[in-house]
Amino acid sequence: MEKDRFTVSRRDALLGALVAGFAAALAPNLAFADVGAVEAELKKLFGDKKPAEGKIKLDIPEIAENGLVVPVNIEVESPMTDADYVKAVHVFADGNPLPGVVSYHFTPACGKASAATRMRLAQTQNIICVAEMSNGSLFSAKANVKVTIGGCGG
Amino acid sequence: MANTPTPRVRVPSQAKVGELIEIKSLISHDMESGFRKDADGKVIPRKIITKFTAAFNGKVVFQADWNPSISANPYQSFFYKVAEAGEFTFAWKDDDGSEYNAKNKITVT
Repeated sequence: MEKDRFTVSRRDALLGALVAGFAAALAPNLAFADVGAVEAELKKLFGDKKPAEGKIKLDIPEIAENGLVVPVNIEVESPMTDADYVKAVHVFADGNPLPGVVSYHFTPACGKASAATRMRLAQTQNIICVAEMSNGSLFSAKANVKVTIGGCGG
Repeated sequence: MANTPTPRVRVPSQAKVGELIEIKSLISHDMESGFRKDADGKVIPRKIITKFTAAFNGKVVFQADWNPSISANPYQSFFYKVAEAGEFTFAWKDDDGSEYNAKNKITVT
């Protein structure tokens, strides 16, 4: 029986093929953005400034059945006067091939710093929202979305 | 995409001065992300709308920069505090340079 140790059984061969197939299927995921990519984007926009928590209401479903269309509604607390208003709001998704989702630019004429759109999510991931106030201060909010069917296509 | 994108915007036609109104917009567009592949495994080139701009009486009040993560047939809503009668102009800028436009008038009561 000694020589059998070096012969490859059919079962082993199949298993090997299966593992190789899985590895190949998972490989494209490596190209996806991660938390680091979001941080890199934030650094590009704001340098070393760190956003504080709060002021933002991030309205996203906890579970998104269809990753192709996920509603995202943001609202930032602000009086929206010429002296004190929300300048911009950036939304990022850390599990998408590109982390940036949308950047809003508000003006005091808006009256309310709120906007809604629909986004694609490739997989279960965190949504990070950063608001930039007219005085330069930053606020952020984070929410996790579970995605049942990813929305990036093959 | 075969059809030209058609914008649709909902703006109240009448409003009081100081009233906060919600503006909802929708445009038919594939928002081709540039990540999808066709049946032959070739990457479908990216073609998305990158910028949505809303201006009132010529002054920009709201802008949204869209990335490929925005769904097909992009929807966008935002708020506006009515100060005077006038006209809203909306513009969607495409990757290929074309621009789609819509206009809406508001009268004050």
